[in-house]
Amino acid sequence: MKIKQLSVFLENKPGHLSAICKKLAEANISILTLSLADTQQFGILRLIVQDWEKAMKLLQEAGCVVRLTEVVATEIEDRPGGLAAILEILENANLNVEYMYAFTFHAADKAILVFRFDNPDAAVATLQEKGVNLFDSVDLYNLN
Amino acid sequence: MAQLFENLPFENLYWSQMETLPREEMRILQLERLRKTVDRVRHLPMYQEFFEKTKLTGDDIRSLDDIRRLPFTTKTQLLEQYPFGHFLIPRHEIARIHGSSGTKSKPTLMAYTQKDLETWANLCARFLYAGGLRSNHLVQVSFGYGLFTGGFGLHYGIECVGAGILPAAAGNTPRQIMFMQDLHTDGLIATPSYAMNIAETVRDMGIKPEELSLKFAHFGAEAWTEEMRQKIQELLGIRAYNNYGLSEILGPSISGECYLQNGMHIQEDNFLVECLDPDTLEPVPEGEPGELVITNLNKEATSMLRYRTRDIAILDESPCPCGRTTRRMGRIIGRSDDMVVVRGVNLFPTQVEEALLRVEGVTPHFLIEIDRPGTMDEVTVTVEILPSHFSDKMSEMEEVRRKILHQIQIVTGLRVQLKLAAPQTMERFIGKAKRLIDRRDLHHI
Repeated sequence: MKIKQLSVFLENKPGHLSAICKKLAEANISILTLSLADTQQFGILRLIVQDWEKAMKLLQEAGCVVRLTEVVATEIEDRPGGLAAILEILENANLNVEYMYAFTFHAADKAILVFRFDNPDAAVATLQEKGVNLFDSVDLYNLN
Repeated sequence: MAQLFENLPFENLYWSQMETLPREEMRILQLERLRKTVDRVRHLPMYQEFFEKTKLTGDDIRSLDDIRRLPFTTKTQLLEQYPFGHFLIPRHEIARIHGSSGTKSKPTLMAYTQKDLETWANLCARFLYAGGLRSNHLVQVSFGYGLFTGGFGLHYGIECVGAGILPAAAGNTPRQIMFMQDLHTDGLIATPSYAMNIAETVRDMGIKPEELSLKFAHFGAEAWTEEMRQKIQELLGIRAYNNYGLSEILGPSISGECYLQNGMHIQEDNFLVECLDPDTLEPVPEGEPGELVITNLNKEATSMLRYRTRDIAILDESPCPCGRTTRRMGRIIGRSDDMVVVRGVNLFPTQVEEALLRVEGVTPHFLIEIDRPGTMDEVTVTVEILPSHFSDKMSEMEEVRRKILHQIQIVTGLRVQLKLAAPQTMERFIGKAKRLIDRRDLHHI
């Protein structure tokens, strides 16, 4: 019930992000979603792509620093309070969220949250117990 | 310009008769003192091998040109003597110790006897007096006090003239300006960059130069330009003088400007200054820039033979209209090594390398960039990270950054901006690496 995420180190200089996107485009790899964490000095690009192994190899060959991480993707109800309900579950279970980002599938009318936990397995167990819909990668790419 | 300088030259121009000693008499005095110095230092561990091999003694020094038979001294050699190896006196005779940042985290330490401290104060008094300081003045010393020779050196020089001192130390600019207004301080001692900071704050606060009582300032410890001088003089309504010194020799005192501001008079009764080509170590033709190489002629606790300052300047043998007979040196126009002075602190690229080697997860590939966007120096260090230490968590990356910054600050004493670069993106060098870009415009003549 976990999803593979690629994190790429970005120097804070013009053209670095577009170069990465171009590399993926040339290999016909579609980015399902991404999040960018940045400071004035550097950035971290987090990517979810279907063929992560191919993407990782490609980026590493291009000289990028890439790290593979497991994240948890949950469906939330696309209404006020939808996110709060999930966060309450996590808070009650004392699960620490390192970071998170959200995206929606218009076609499927769904809102998806991606969570990075210190302990993803414990988080999966807790969320499933509370009946939260989690996606594995097959589900996720089939939605598209 | 403040009233003190309306009727130049002012009366009683000179502090010491040494300043107007006829050239021939000065050369005789220098030779006599050089011979004594040779005999005092020849048994020091760092010179022993040379003097045992050559059997040279003070008696063999027949003319000042014979200085070229003596060995050079470098900062690296001095660091090897840490802490006491180069001292000429036993520990219990030390009156004071000063030092400066070294290429490693250990400083070079220099000792002073009571007589050295008196000599030093007198030498500082000479250039302070030459710039118009008199015993009725009150001077604000906005230099740091500590191992750094600037603060204490000028402090005791002012005291020697008999003037009053406000040891304000560096920092807290609004308070410095408050003192200038409320205490009507007559003189300012600072680094030129800090003085520029004060001057611009004065302007921004809407204070006009005539509302201050400041008349003169003496700046040192870092390179500055003629343009900076003009700007500071205008904003504060003062005469700003340049002086030069380094702790390895004595501290500020080696040379300083008179009221004519046309080059720094070298205190030649205390220092023998050579101007050499840093590659051939031969004297440069008169009027050409060269590395200043200085020999102590009158210091008890430590004495350097031909100390390589790495500072590049031009010497001027022509007589100064002020009547002093001493040779003059122009402002420092460069370095013969890669040291830079940032906010008054000596910085060597090797120090940053040393700091990086102490942090896990980074490579020793880096670039230092120095800018001066306003009046203060800004240092940016770009460091390559190791792939194994890259994390998708911002908190972990920030932790790596914090560790690097901490180590750089421990080793260099400087706060810097830190950028992280991806592995293998920084230029690799064959031979001497170029790890420093200084975009400040400091080295005009």
